Formats: sequence, C-alpha cells, structure tokens
Amino acid sequence: MEELNKVYWKGIEELTNDVEFVKHAEKEFPQDLPETKQGEENNRRDFLKLMGFSVAAASLVACEAPIKKAIPFLNKPENLDPSIPNYYASTYFEAGDYASVVVKTREGRPIKIEGNSLSTISKGKTSARAQASILNLYDGQRYQSFMQAKKPAKMQDVDKLIKDKLKAASNIRILSSTIISPSTKAIVKEFKETYPSTKHVTYDSLSQYGLTQAHKEGFGVEAVPSYDFSKAKVIVSFGCDFLGTWISPIEFSGQYAQMRKLNSKEHKEAKMSKHFQFEARMSMTGANADFRVPVKASQEITLLATLYSKLKGTDAKAKDANVEVALQKAAKELLEAKGESLVVSGSNDTNAQILVAAINNELGNYSATIDITTPLNTYQGNEKQVNDLIDDIKSGGVDAIIFYGVNPVYDHPRGEELKAALSKVGLKISFASQPDETTDLCDFVCSDNHYLESWGDAEPRKGYYSLTQPTITPIFSTRQAQESLLIWSGNDKPYYDYLRTFLSKDLFKKQTKYKGFDNFFTGILHDGVLVTSGAAAIVENDEVKKDDKEAKKEDKPVKKAGKFEGDAESAIVKVNEYKDGGLEVITYQKVSLGNGAYANNPWLQEMPDPITKACWANYASMSPKTAKEKGLSNGNVIKVTAGKTSFEVPVLLQPGQADNTVAVAVGYGRKISGKVGTNVGANVFPLAAKAYESGNISKTDKTDEVAQTQTHNTIMGRSIIQEASLPDYKAKPNAGRIYPHISSADGKSYKPYDVTLWKGYQYHNHSWGLVIDLNSCTGCSACTVACQIENNVPVVGKKEVLMRREMHWIRIDRYYSSPEGATSFSDLEKEAVNPEVTFMPMMCQHCNNAPCETVCPVLATTHSSEGLNQMAYNRCIGTRYCANNCPYKVRRFNWFHYAEDDRFTDVNYVQTSDLGKMVINPDVTVRSRGVMEKCSLCVQRIQAGKLQAKKDKRQVKDGEIKTACQQVCPTDAITFGDMNDMESKISKALGIAKEVKKGEHGHADETVYSMKEPRAYHVLEEINVKPQVSYLTKIRNNDKKLKADKGHGGHEGGH
Amino acid sequence: MQMTSPVREPLVLRQIHDKNRKTTMHDVTNDICRQVEAAPNVRWLAALGISLIVLAYGSYTLYRTWFFGIGEWGLNKTVGWAWDITNFVWWVGIGHAGTLISAVLLLFRQKWRASINRSAEAMTIFAVLCAGSFILMHMGRPWLAHWALPLPNTYGSLWVNFNSPLVWDVFAISTYLTVSAVFWYVGLIPDLATIRERATNPISKFVYGILSFGWDGSTKTWARYEMVALVLAGLSTPLVLSVHTIVSFDFATSVIPGWHTTIFPPYFVAGAIFSGFAMVLTLMLITRYVFKLEPYITLTHIESMNKIILVTGSIVGIAYITEFFIAWYSGVPYEQYAFINRMFGPYWWAYWAMMSCNVISPQFFWFKAMRRNIYATFALSIVVNIGMWFERFVIIVTSLHRDYLPSSWVMFWPTYVDIGDYLFSFGFFFTCFFLFAKFLPVINMAEVKTILASSDEDASTYYAEEEKQSKESAH
Repeated sequence: MEELNKVYWKGIEELTNDVEFVKHAEKEFPQDLPETKQGEENNRRDFLKLMGFSVAAASLVACEAPIKKAIPFLNKPENLDPSIPNYYASTYFEAGDYASVVVKTREGRPIKIEGNSLSTISKGKTSARAQASILNLYDGQRYQSFMQAKKPAKMQDVDKLIKDKLKAASNIRILSSTIISPSTKAIVKEFKETYPSTKHVTYDSLSQYGLTQAHKEGFGVEAVPSYDFSKAKVIVSFGCDFLGTWISPIEFSGQYAQMRKLNSKEHKEAKMSKHFQFEARMSMTGANADFRVPVKASQEITLLATLYSKLKGTDAKAKDANVEVALQKAAKELLEAKGESLVVSGSNDTNAQILVAAINNELGNYSATIDITTPLNTYQGNEKQVNDLIDDIKSGGVDAIIFYGVNPVYDHPRGEELKAALSKVGLKISFASQPDETTDLCDFVCSDNHYLESWGDAEPRKGYYSLTQPTITPIFSTRQAQESLLIWSGNDKPYYDYLRTFLSKDLFKKQTKYKGFDNFFTGILHDGVLVTSGAAAIVENDEVKKDDKEAKKEDKPVKKAGKFEGDAESAIVKVNEYKDGGLEVITYQKVSLGNGAYANNPWLQEMPDPITKACWANYASMSPKTAKEKGLSNGNVIKVTAGKTSFEVPVLLQPGQADNTVAVAVGYGRKISGKVGTNVGANVFPLAAKAYESGNISKTDKTDEVAQTQTHNTIMGRSIIQEASLPDYKAKPNAGRIYPHISSADGKSYKPYDVTLWKGYQYHNHSWGLVIDLNSCTGCSACTVACQIENNVPVVGKKEVLMRREMHWIRIDRYYSSPEGATSFSDLEKEAVNPEVTFMPMMCQHCNNAPCETVCPVLATTHSSEGLNQMAYNRCIGTRYCANNCPYKVRRFNWFHYAEDDRFTDVNYVQTSDLGKMVINPDVTVRSRGVMEKCSLCVQRIQAGKLQAKKDKRQVKDGEIKTACQQVCPTDAITFGDMNDMESKISKALGIAKEVKKGEHGHADETVYSMKEPRAYHVLEEINVKPQVSYLTKIRNNDKKLKADKGHGGHEGGH
Repeated sequence: MQMTSPVREPLVLRQIHDKNRKTTMHDVTNDICRQVEAAPNVRWLAALGISLIVLAYGSYTLYRTWFFGIGEWGLNKTVGWAWDITNFVWWVGIGHAGTLISAVLLLFRQKWRASINRSAEAMTIFAVLCAGSFILMHMGRPWLAHWALPLPNTYGSLWVNFNSPLVWDVFAISTYLTVSAVFWYVGLIPDLATIRERATNPISKFVYGILSFGWDGSTKTWARYEMVALVLAGLSTPLVLSVHTIVSFDFATSVIPGWHTTIFPPYFVAGAIFSGFAMVLTLMLITRYVFKLEPYITLTHIESMNKIILVTGSIVGIAYITEFFIAWYSGVPYEQYAFINRMFGPYWWAYWAMMSCNVISPQFFWFKAMRRNIYATFALSIVVNIGMWFERFVIIVTSLHRDYLPSSWVMFWPTYVDIGDYLFSFGFFFTCFFLFAKFLPVINMAEVKTILASSDEDASTYYAEEEKQSKESAH
C-alpha cells in the first residue's frame, strides 16, 4: 500500500518546506508570467519578441497569394451548393432581339446565358448579343446609383424631387423603346392616370415602321407579322438581312435552316429552299443565298415594283440584264411555289412594304408563311410620333420627359437637333443603366436594374408569354424602372407584388394549364414561357405541344388573314420615285453590335463581322471596282458627305457589293459610353432615316487600318470546303467530295489513312467528336461569343487584333470564290466580282494523329482516352511549336498576361476588374501569360455530364452534354456527341459503321469505326491527322454544274 | 614516273617590321601574349564599349520580352516563330565552324588550322550561348525552362516528350556546348601556363596559375594533352554533323509545307559550315588587323577558308534547287504553293536576298584573286551571314505565314523588341569575344610553334628552292 502512496515533490524546496515555495505552492507557475502581470507595461524584451513574431508572421503571410474575401455561408441557402450551378428561366429583350433564356448561376452569380428549349419562338437558341448581354451586368461603368445633375444621389431624395416636379409639369412625355411587357404597359397607363398630361411615345432606333404601317394599310393591323421561313420553299429577299439583323434573326435562322438541311433518307429526294437575294451590300443573309444579285440600294426598292408587275403578268423588266435574268427566274420560282414562298424586304419605306405585302398576298403567303393574326410585339416604334415629339420639344411644348430604354440623342437621325432642344425641357429623366449621350443631358438618372436583376413579364408575340426573374440581387443601388414609375404614380407596392397581382388578373385568367395562382406562378417561372390559347398554332416543340393541348383545344386560333386592302398601284408609283442616287451611301446594322446600345461590351466589339471579319470599328465598305475608280484601297480614311452629315471612316473593299454604293454600319461612334465603347468608329445614324443617301467621298491623307481576323479571302482551289449543287447531290450523294490519294513507289495509289506510321488509338469508352453541317451554318458567329464566355477567352482589343492575335477558340472562316476558271495561284488569290461565300466554323480538330502532340517538349498537350486533344496549361512552357505545327492554326497563345497586364484593363475588364471577374466560369482556368490554349470541346461540360451519369449509375445519354458552340447555334449546324455510341446523333449524321477486327497472334480484338456518310469529310484528309471533327459538304440550291475535278487529281465516286 | 607534291605555302610568315627576320618561337610567344599582358589599347576599349552599349540596349528589350511577354514581338496566331528561331538557328549555324576546325581538321592533320582554331572555338562557344539565349527568350514561360530537361521531379511520372525535336535540341545543343567548351579549354591550358610563367603581376600569376591547372610542360603532360585532344576531337566530330541535323529536325519532322523536307539535315549542316566559316573570317580579319597578327593568319589561311565557303555555298545552292524540284515533283499543291510563294509571294525580297547572298556571292571565290583579296573576303563573309540569316527567315516565316488554311494567312513584321533582342545577342557575342581577345591568347601558341619548323616562310622557301634545284637537275 505504501507504494501506492508515493509522493512526488516539485523540487527540493517542497521537501524542505521553503518559505518562498510555500507562498506560491498552489500556483502552477511560482513566478508570474510576463503577460499575466496586471497593470504593468510590457518590457523591452517582450516588445522585441512580439515584434519579431509579428514581423515573421507578416512576412510569412506576405509570401502567400493575396487573400481575397471569401465569405462562407453561415446558413446555406437551400438549393445552393458550391460548384453546382443553378439555372433560372428568364427573358432577354433588347432592340427587337428577343430570346427566352435560361441563366446559369454559380454560387449566386449569373455566369452564362443559354437558350430556353421550351420556348417556341427562340427554341433554345440565342444570339451573340443575348450571350454577351450578361456582361453588362458586371460592367463597372454602369450607373452605380441614382444620379442628380451627374452626381450620385439618394433614391428617396430623387423620388421626392421628381414627384414635385412632375406634379408641376403640364406636358409630360415618356419616350420608351418597344415595351413587350404587359405589366409595364399597365404601369405606364397608371402613370398616365396620375399625370394626365403624359403621352407615351414608342421609339425604336432601327424601327420597322414601314412594315407596321404597310400592314396597317393592308390589313388594318399595325404590327409586324410573324414569319415562318421553315415553310418557304422559295425565298426572295430585297436587302433584307433576316438571318443577321432583321426583326427576329434567332427565330428566322432556325426556321431557315430547317429548309436547308438535307435530312431526307434518300439523296434523290433531297429538298432545299431556294433563296434569292437582291442587295447592295454583302449581308450575311446574302452570303447564304443560292442566287445573290448585287443591286444598288435604290434598286432594292424599285425592283419590288418590277417583281410585282412580273407576278401580275406584265412584262416589266429590270434595266440590268443580269438582274433581269435573276428576277425573271425568281418570279418563275415564286409562281411555282404559291403559298410556300416568302418575299421580304429590309426597307423601312411604307410603300415598299405595301408592295411586299401585295406580292406576298398575290402569292397566297399570308396565312401560310406569314401570320398577321399573331403578330410580333417586338417592334412598336412609331416614327411619326417620335418626330412630332422632337418638334414639340423644339417648340418648347414639353416640360418633362422620361427616357426609358432609349438613347435618341445618339441614335435618332435628328439626334443633334434633339440635343440642342433638350435644354428647353425642364425635367429630363432617364432610366438608362449605363452612361450615354442622352443621360449626359438629363437632370436625373434613375438607373434601371440589369434584366438579370429584374422581375418582369413579356409578350413578344401575341399570346406567347415569358417571364423575367432576377438571378442576383441588384449589385448597385439601382431600381427597376417599373418600380420608379409606380412610386412616382403614388403606388408604393413593390413591382414584384404588382406583377403578381397583374398576372393573376391577366395572364392567369387567359390560361388553363395551371390551376391556382401559386402553381401558375411557380410553373411559368420554372418554364419561363407560356403560350396561351390566343396564340397561333405555329408550335413545333413537342413538349409545349403536349403541355398546351388543353389550352389550344378550347379556342382554336383563327389563322386566316384578313383581306389585303393595300393600294399596290399607288405604291408602285411612289416606289418608282426612288431614283438612282449616283454614289449611294447606305447604313446597316452589324450582326454584333446592332444599334450600338451594347457598345461597351468588349465581347461584341471583338466579335468579327460574319462577312468582313472586321471588329472594333465601322468602315466604309465598297466594291473593289468603285474603290479603284476613286483611287482607294483598304485602310484609306475617306470623308463621306451625304445628306446633311459628313464623317470619316476607313475603307474596306467588299467583293460582291454593288458598284457605286458605300455601306457604313450604325452602332459605332458612341461619344459617351464606357471605356470600351467610346469613340469607336463614326456615328452614321443621321443617315439611317433613309434607305440611301446620294453622297460624295473624298480621300483624306490619313490611314486607319481596319482590324480583321481574316485577311486572305479565297480558298486557293483547295479542297478545304467541299461543295456541290443540289442537282449534283441528287444525282450523286458524294457530289463535291474530293478524295485525295497518295502515290506510292509501287505505282499504286493509296488513301491517305492507309499509309501511316501511327499506331492509332482505341477508344474503349467514348469517342467524342463534332460534326459540322456546312449547309446549316449561316456564319452568325454566336458560337464565337458563346465559346468566349464559356471558356474565359480574353478580349485583346483592336491593336492586338491588328497584330493578328485574337484569342477566339472557334472562328468562322469565310471564303469568297475566285473568278470562274481561275487556275493559276495569282488568279486564285483574287475574289470573284460577285463571289459565292462559304462559312466554315473552325476549332481544334482533335486530331488522332495530332501534330501538336508529338512536338511539345514537355507533354503539355496530350491525347485523352476519349479522343480529345487536351492542354495542360500549367505544364506549358510556351515554345509555340504546337501552334506552328497545327495545320488548322487553331491554337492561341497568351502573348501577354491578359488577366493582369495593365494595358488590357480597359478592353479585358472581364478578367481584370473585380466586378468583371464575377462572370468568369469557375470550371475553366484563366490562362496565364506564355501558355498555349485552344478548344477543349468544352471538356468541363463533358466531365460534368459524365459525373452526373456516374452518379446516376448509367451511361451518358446522347444530347445530355452539349458544347457551348453547339448549344447556342441557331441553326443546329454543330452536333457534338459520342461516335462510339451508334445511336447518337453524330454517329447517325456521319453514318458511323462499327466493325470488329479479329485480333491475330493473340492480340486483342480491335473495334474499327468508319464514316459512311457520303457528305462527311475531314478537312485536310491528305495529311493524315485524322480529326475527330468532321464536316458535311456544302450544297447550294443553284443550277451550277459541278466543276471538273479540282484540287490534286482527286477522283470522285465512292471508294 | 615521279610525283612530287607541290610545295605548300608558308603558314607562318616572317616578322612584320623586319621582313628579313624569321619568326621564332619566342616571337610567337611575344606577339600573342602582347595583348594579354599590355594595358588595354584604345581600339579595344572602343570596341568593347560599343558592344556593351548594344548589350545594354538589348538587355532593355530583353527585359521587356521577359517582363511583359512574347507579345512584345511581332509574332501572331499563325506565325509562332520568326526572329527568335531564325536567330537561334543562325547562331547555332555560326557555332559550327569552331568544331569543324578544331576537330575535323585536327583529325585530317590540316596544319593550317593551328592559328585559327582558338578563336574559332571561342566564337563557337559564344555563338552557341547566343543561340541558347534565344531558346530561353522564345519561351512563353522561360522560368520553367528546366522542364525541358528530363529532371527527376516530385510530380509523379512527369517526364519530357522524347518524341519532340525540341527535346532532341536540348540534348544536341547542350552536348555541343559542353564538348566545345571542354575542347577549347583543354587546348588553352599550355598557353595559359606560358602566360603564367611570363606574368609579372602577382594577381595575373595567381589567376593564370589556377586556370592552367598546374601544367608543368613535361613530356608526360604533353603526351596526355595530345591524347586528350585526339579523344575530344573524335568525340566532337560527329557533333559537327549531329547538331545541325537535329536542329533541322525541328522543321523536317513537322507537317508544314516548306518545313517537311527530308533534305534538311545535309542542307542545314552545309549551311551551318558555310555561315560558320564566314563568321570566323569576319572575326579573324578584324583580329588580324587589330592585333597585327599578319604573320600567323596568312592569305593561305584565308584562301583555304574561302574554298570551304565556296564548296558549302554551292551545296546550299544545290539544296535550294533540289527543294524546288521536289516541291514540283511531289505533286502536292500545298508544297508547290509554299515554294512559289517563297519566290513571288509577299516575302519575295527575303527569298531573293537569300539567293543572291548565299548562292551567287560565293561564286566569286572561283577566282583565286578574289579568294586572296582581304577586302573582298571581308565583304563577302558579311554578305554570306546576311544571306544565311535570310535563309532561316525564309524557311521559318514564309512557310508559316501561308500554310494550309488560307483563312489564317498573315504577314509577320518585327517590332523594335524583335530587333532589340537580336541586338542583345550581338552585344553579348562581341562583349564575350573582346573579353576573350584581351585576356586569353587568341592564337594557339603551342600549336603554332609545332609547325614553325615545317611550315614557316623560311622552310617553305627552302623547300621551294630545293624543288627547283631538283627539277633543274632532272633536266
């Protein structure tokens, strides 16, 4: 027991019961620690110790990367998981461009816009502009609060002031762009009731006033009708860029492509629409036409009269023999396709549009390809009222004006007049969310939210509804315009509540799909779209068809158009007043920038024009012949004088443009915008009122090179694009195909893939690939922007584009044909006078025998087990050997540190500013300086898709994974998929055949997949790089016979 | 029948100031140690000063290249290499003459190499360093250059790509640099010992003492020296062929029309020797003039080198023509276009500069008077190197700027940084060369002394006389 009671001493002092010891016996430490001394200053040693520690700690911290704020969720919101995206349906609408969209958000911030496949209008597709619109949300140059006299002001103060002033005002005007939101219209109405002197004027900067007026006169419906290009076998367009910029290009592109795809099982029965285009400049639509005839802008209008007469059976003739031949042919084809044709004109002249309506009426196209009973609401602008308003302002008859979604000082042809007169208006309010020429003159800017921060509804077409919902709380102290109007009308209800009440009274009543309002509201918020019984039955989407069956049963829409009552004869007389204007200066919209509202969007500024491949400025395009006559060449700055205005722009030669015409794009020359958009090009809106203006050009001694991403225009007789005509294709499905062969020493000739040193790959699981239908691609370049957003591709600015260093991973190569019969290299380098145009989307071809992979010294680019050529950015040392050895030149090098280099902060604010960085896709690395990058086939999406499938314990389903370019493509020209899956769309498109070769000598069996589709080919097959990306031949519906064997002795015929 | 070989011309002449006096071994030592031992003269200071100024400017542009990125150059999405690799190949080519002279000519017992091999080897090493600087410069991320070496690492099985010609380059160039440097240094040891012995300044004595590795001049040491030289010569001889062969693989193994050519290895080696000899001549003629080395670097030397220039220049010319023939004969339209484009495309001037400098200009050396004319030789040696620079430019840029897809066809124009970085290499090269010329013996004293008895002016005169007499007696 004694042993268990051992006592341990703390020291000899305890044993001896030392006095000092006993004093502190209970304490753990007999002496106070320096820190614990109460009330005593730290001594020098402690100070030094602490300082030493702090310095060491501070330097250790400094060694780390700077710590950016990352605040974890204390209470994690439901359905919000880090790294898992959420999708919300919403609505994009800007300057007539409508799309129902799905917004991808990550960690609570919207990062990408996709099309809503439930929509029967945009059908899951978007445009470049809709894609890029997300960046406006993160534009640091947005108004960050309300402004009063250009200084930030508090909302409450501003509201009070405005209310007082509005009460005092006796002539209030609201000048808005087209409002497609029924609830907003109701709010405007409410506002009008509060302030009875209010008049609401709708202004579209690039309006369809001629078209709406023509239909008012012709059918008594003042609206833009719906068109259906998918039912038109013959399309005749007079200067109408319906694939690029006219009315509803996303929708029209999809419809158009349906008639261009060669889907029939038997090539002998292949059908395609026939497309005639009479136009002055080379538009994207014209580039896709089967017959494109350059005519001057004046003729674009007068030819309508000729065509009308021809259809009526009189022998009116076009002056020019070539034009006459084409017009005659068009008339003949139209008459053969009555009720299945479409004549469209891009003119904004009422008489021209009356004639077009008369022609379509004559052809029985109303109620077939044109539907006036369910018109579009996207263009409601009334030019007359706008002009009256400007007159009123000039005469001092307006004392308060509210600008909503418009910038007339910049984009109205009378903008300068308006600018001068606005000082006469006592109260000027703008809802603009970005500084512009109009807000500069306003007393108050009550900055509107971005649409991704907003609630809203929309009725883009009669009976077709969609909803807008916020995907992020307002980033800045901005407020929705609707809410501001409500507050000023004395209604303090938040807009969200107002909207719910409004919907419960309005849309909820019109539909039968949902029972109970809450069901209804969550239902349409989820789907984003709803088609009510009032809508026409142009519904092709199966899902919606099913859903809306009940809705449609009740009230079958009346599709019969009213009788046409327009006066075609007097329209002809008026139209014929358009005389040849000598040198005709015309304006047009760019596919990228439209009316210039998005001028501060660097993605759009850097998007190459589908035809000229130019970006970052507008320019005067003219035919090479006209330029030669005037002694001009590319990059000469000319002074254009037309009408009352003159401006200076550089020259760009445009083959295929009508001689004696000069075309300049609107949307440039913004004087007040953000850092990106200000002073880019010249403003030509003063000319936009008229179809053309006779003008003069004179050469200045300045030069200003236009930044183009492609400068060599012809294909040099190479078999890169393989094309044929429809009759040829019908005769032989592989028409146009060129089969290169390799001559060998044994005197035989071999297919390139049969002569190889490469062992090849076996893909046991997936074999990812793309197939691109050259017949469907219209060149719209939405894929370029979509890819840029998805893959965090930097914007490099004009200077770098001039250095030929744009970073786009997918580009659209555009080729003009050489003159007929050209064989020598020097002739092949020239473009034909009126060239045929081909578009070829080009991205990494993911070669099986990849030239880039063998040359990388550090194995930074390697082959995956699923057929991808992949880049390991952080292994790359930047020798650029891979890019040099890439036969397709699709590799892009980070010449600078675009995300950090100060020189790129203005143009590349997406990657350089903290706000811009919010839009970066967290699944994709932002590349550092000195590394190579290129298309990855959206490997992050493939991984996500595979992961989902793995979690669900199943194989990846075809169509589940979509690349960004495929998803955005309005014409479905790009198909991604697994070429090992025999049921996938891509396998079917390529006619993949599977064959198992018995392994010999104990080797494993080998599965060989081969491409049987006669139209399918690999670009540069002769160099045996075996891409995973294939193309389908371009087939034109013209009568041209196939040229004799071209290229290098390629023989046609099956093999 | 009796054959007598013609009497060779002397390789060492009599003294400059006293044409009657035979150059003795002591003269050799004196003449060559003079610049090492004497205070730097004004000409040398001026030359070094200019080199340093050029180097400083080049360093500024190099700083821009490394600090901001390769974007400072004029390269673009299609032309990924231009001046960088042009300069690299050009410098590597220049670096070829050194080994050829020191190794191949040693094995072939070409005594005339004795007075030029030292500076040719030095030039080789500096040129290869310049070439190496472009390897570092052209990288997007030069701080990771060591990744191109098969170093053990902690990243698992992360290794270099042995399929890549760039990795072969790394081995070829580093081997070449190492062997050349060792060869050069071994050859320097006896001369360093001579300077050590003559040094009066204790610092010099100490430094050269360390550098000469305790050379004692014994027969045993000499025997070992000779053996090492022979072994190193044997080792470096294949390098003369291999280095530029491998450099040419960078292009030959690619798929680019104009690069993908099997003729490249011999054609590149010939071109390298061609440009290397031209550069040796340029430098030798300057050194000969500045340091008054006329007795050691004679017209005979110059003529011999000009003959090699003539031969290699003509080989290069034939290679150009063969390339064209093959392009036509292949029936490959891409290849045909690439060559037509070289001649008549937007870079026609570069092509014709190359043709006239490399193929036409050396043909003057068919004439003995031209081969022995110092001014003509000096001018042509520079013309040849201009031509050889254009050759690489033509191969690299005109092949890349218009390859397969016309949509990507571009033009390349250099920026001032491109030019500055090229100047950097010049500044570096000449700074090194002038430092070498001041502090180390520019001519291999030991080897020159070994040929005095057999090949100096007096010996030659003596043999000539003898031959004359024997002919007369035969009659």
